[in-house]
Amino acid sequence: MSATSARLTRLTNIPGSAQLAALAAVLLGNWLVFPGFFNIRMVDGRLFGSVIDVLNRGAPVVLLSLGMTLVIATGGIDLSVGAVMAISGAVAATLINAGTPLVLVVAAALGAGLLCGLWNGILVALLRIQPIVATLILMVAGRGIAQLITAGEIVTFDDRGLIALGTGALLAIPVPILIAAGTFALTTLLVRGTALGLFIEAVGANERASAYAGVSARVVKIAAYVWSGLCAAIAGIIAAADIQGADANNAGLWLELDAILAVVVGGTSLLGGRFSLPLAVAGAIIIQAMNTGILLSGLKPEFNLIVKAVVVMAVLLLQSVRRRD
Amino acid sequence: MQVPERKPLLSIEGLTKTYPGVRALDAVDLHLYAGEVHALLGENGAGKSTLIKVLTGLTGRDSGRFVLDGQEISPANVIQATALGIGTVYQEVNLLGNMSVADNLFLGRQPMRLGFVDKRRMRQQAAQIVAKYGLKIDVAAPLGQLSVAVQQIIAIARAVDLSARVLILDEPTASLDTQEVALLFDVMRQLRERGMAIVFVTHFLDQVYAISDRITVLRNGRRVAERLTRELPRIDLVQMMLGHELSETALHRHKPENEAGETLVRFEKYGKRRYMAPFDLSVRRGEIVGVAGLLGSGRTETAKLVFGIERAETGSGRGLVSIDGKPTHIRSPREAIRRGFGYCPEERKTEGIVGSLSVRENIILALQARRGWLRRMPRRQTDEIAARYIRMLDIRTPDAERAIQFLSGGNQQKALLARWLVTEPRFLILDEPTRGIDVGAHAEIIRLIERLCADGLSLLVISSELDEITAYADRVVILRDRAHVAELSGSDVTTSKIMTTIAA
Repeated sequence: MSATSARLTRLTNIPGSAQLAALAAVLLGNWLVFPGFFNIRMVDGRLFGSVIDVLNRGAPVVLLSLGMTLVIATGGIDLSVGAVMAISGAVAATLINAGTPLVLVVAAALGAGLLCGLWNGILVALLRIQPIVATLILMVAGRGIAQLITAGEIVTFDDRGLIALGTGALLAIPVPILIAAGTFALTTLLVRGTALGLFIEAVGANERASAYAGVSARVVKIAAYVWSGLCAAIAGIIAAADIQGADANNAGLWLELDAILAVVVGGTSLLGGRFSLPLAVAGAIIIQAMNTGILLSGLKPEFNLIVKAVVVMAVLLLQSVRRRD
Repeated sequence: MQVPERKPLLSIEGLTKTYPGVRALDAVDLHLYAGEVHALLGENGAGKSTLIKVLTGLTGRDSGRFVLDGQEISPANVIQATALGIGTVYQEVNLLGNMSVADNLFLGRQPMRLGFVDKRRMRQQAAQIVAKYGLKIDVAAPLGQLSVAVQQIIAIARAVDLSARVLILDEPTASLDTQEVALLFDVMRQLRERGMAIVFVTHFLDQVYAISDRITVLRNGRRVAERLTRELPRIDLVQMMLGHELSETALHRHKPENEAGETLVRFEKYGKRRYMAPFDLSVRRGEIVGVAGLLGSGRTETAKLVFGIERAETGSGRGLVSIDGKPTHIRSPREAIRRGFGYCPEERKTEGIVGSLSVRENIILALQARRGWLRRMPRRQTDEIAARYIRMLDIRTPDAERAIQFLSGGNQQKALLARWLVTEPRFLILDEPTRGIDVGAHAEIIRLIERLCADGLSLLVISSELDEITAYADRVVILRDRAHVAELSGSDVTTSKIMTTIAA
C-alpha cells in the first residue's frame, strides 16, 4: 500500500516534466507558425524536414552540453568549449590538407580536445584556480592557438570523408545526429555504468565530505573537464566538416553559452550536485528548436534572443516551483 | 565580595535573544569595569558569539538593556556601536591586507588636504600610533605582509583610536604562538592601565589566568557565574563550563584489563606545527579510547591528524604510525580508509553528509570510493546494503532514496556510522557523535558504540559529554592547549578525575 502510494507521488513529480512541457510548447509554437514543421520527406536516401534540421543543427550544442553537464555537476564551468571546437576544427582541416589519413585526422583532433580538457582540469583541480577564470584562459587563448594552426587563414578542404562527418547520412539519418546520439550513449555509459556519476554528484554537492569519505575529488574533476574537451573536439570536427573549412575566429563562437544554458534548462544546478544527461540534451534541443522556429516564422532574427530569454525564464520558474514543493 | 563602590562602565542586564527553536541568550547579565580585562568563557553554543553580536549591533535582541557610563544605549549597527565607544577585534582580522598599515588605521577618516588624502600626515600619525604599541614596523608596508599578531595589534590600535572605551577581543590568540601571545598581552595590559575595559574571549585557560581580572561563564545561553579571577579556582571554572558537579554520577563500566586485545594502531610523536603538539597514542583491538578536553584543546585536531586529513610532520623519529606492529603511513583520508579507518566528523553537515544525495548513496559512498570508479556496485547490491543498515541501525527515513539532508541529526549520524560500518573498518574515529542529537537517538548511539566495541572494533571517541565518555571508555586521553597532557585508565576514568586533570 505505502509502496504504491510512494510510486504514485513519484509519478506526479517526475523530474524533467518542466523540460518536456517546454519542449512540447516550443514544438507546438513552431507548428503554429509553420504548419509544415513536422513534415519529413526522403530525398536522395536522406531524411529532410524541419525536425531533422533542428536535430542536425543542434548536434554541436548537444555534444557540448554532454561534457558541460559533467563539469557543471562537479560545481565547475567550462567556458573554453567554443574555442576548443575551433582548435579541433583547425587541427582536422590542416592535417587533412597535408594528406593525413582520415582516421588519424580524427584521432589528432580528438587528442587536441583531450589535451585542452586536461589543461583545464589541472588548473581547476590541482592548482585550485576558480573554474570560470581557469577556463576563461583557454577560451581566449584557444582561438589564438587555432589561428596559429591555420596560419591566420580560413583553411578549406575537399576531402569527402571528412565532409561526410558534417553533411553525410547513414541509413537516411544525418551523420551529426548519429554522432551526437552515439556520444550521448557513450557518456551515459561512462557515468552511469561506472561509479563516476555518483562521485561527480558527491564532489559537486559536498567536496569536503566526499574527500573525507575517500572519493578522489581531483581525479573526478579532471575526468569531467577531459570529457568536456573531448565532446567539444567532436563538435568542432562536425562544425568544420559542415562548412568544409576551419574558421578559427568563428567556429563555435558563443556556443559555450548555449551549452551552459542547455545544462541549466536541463535542471542541473550551477552549484553542482545532481545532474541529468537526457534533460541537458532536451535543453539543447529546446534552444535549437527555438532558433529554427524563429527563422521559419519570418520574425527578425533579433527576436531570437528575446524569445530565448523568455522560454529559459519560464523553464527555470517551473523548476523552482517544483523544487520548493 | 566584589568591589561595591565602583560602578561598571558597561552593564548588560537581562539580555535575551532567541533564534527559531533556540534560546541563544537567556536573561544574561554582565558587568564590565573600566581598567579590567574581563574573560568571557563558555563551550560551543554557550552564547558568547551571540552576546558579542548583539552588543556590537550586528543583530537585534528580544529584551534586556545595555547601560554605558550611566546612559542606556541601543546600538543598531556596528557604526553606532563604534561611535558609542565599543570596538571589536575578531579572530580573523577584518582589515585590508593589500593596503598599508597607515591606510588601515585611517580607513574612512583619512586626514584630508585640498580634497585629497594627506598621505604624509597620515603616515606621521600612523607612525606615532604604532610607536605607542611598541611596534617597529614600516607603516607604509602592506598589512598582509605582517604577522597575524601584529595585524591583531593594528586592528586593536584602530579600534582604540576610534575612541573606544570598551574593547571586545574575540579569540584574538587562537592562531598565535607563545611569543605573539605575550606581545598581545603587553598591549592589553597597557590598555588596561589607560582605563580601557576589555572583553576577552578565549578557549585557553592558561591565558584566562594570565591576564584576566574577572570571569563571566556562559552555558547554554545562561550566565553561570561572574567572579573575580583570583577568587575562582580552575577546577570550579571547568565545572562551570562543562556543567558538572564533582560528585560522581555515572557508573563506570569496568572492563578487566586483559580483555582488550593486542595493540592495533600506534602513533608516535604525531603532530604538526601551529596545529597540534606531537603526541603518542595507541589503541588496542576492541578498545574504546575517549578524548576529553575543552573546546579548542585539540580534540578535532587529533582526529584530523589520525585520519590523514592534516598531514603529520615526519622525519627524525617523528610522525610514526604502525598498524599491527608494522610501520606504515597515513597521508590522506584515502590512505586511512585503505588501512581500515573511518571518521565521523563533528561538523556533520559540512564534512560528513553529502546533503543532496540519497540515504542509500551516502551509506555506500565510502565503500564505493574504496572499490574505485570502475568497479561500480550494482544497484541491487546497494539497495540491499542500504536496506540492511537502515534496519539494523534503525535509521528513520521514509525510504532509502530520500535526500539525507531532510533527515534529523540523529538519523544523519546513524547513516554516517552505516557508511563506515559497510567498509568493515578496524578503527573508527567518532568526533562528538552525539552533538545536536535528541535524547532518544542519543542513547541509541551510545548503545551502538558499545555494541561495535564488543564486536572487536577499536574506537577513538571525542566527546565533551563526560558522562558518556566515562560510561564507555576504557582509557581517556586528556587534552589541553593543543597537546595531550595525560591519560587516565581503569578506575581513574571518572568525571571528577577528568575535570581535575583538564583544570590542572
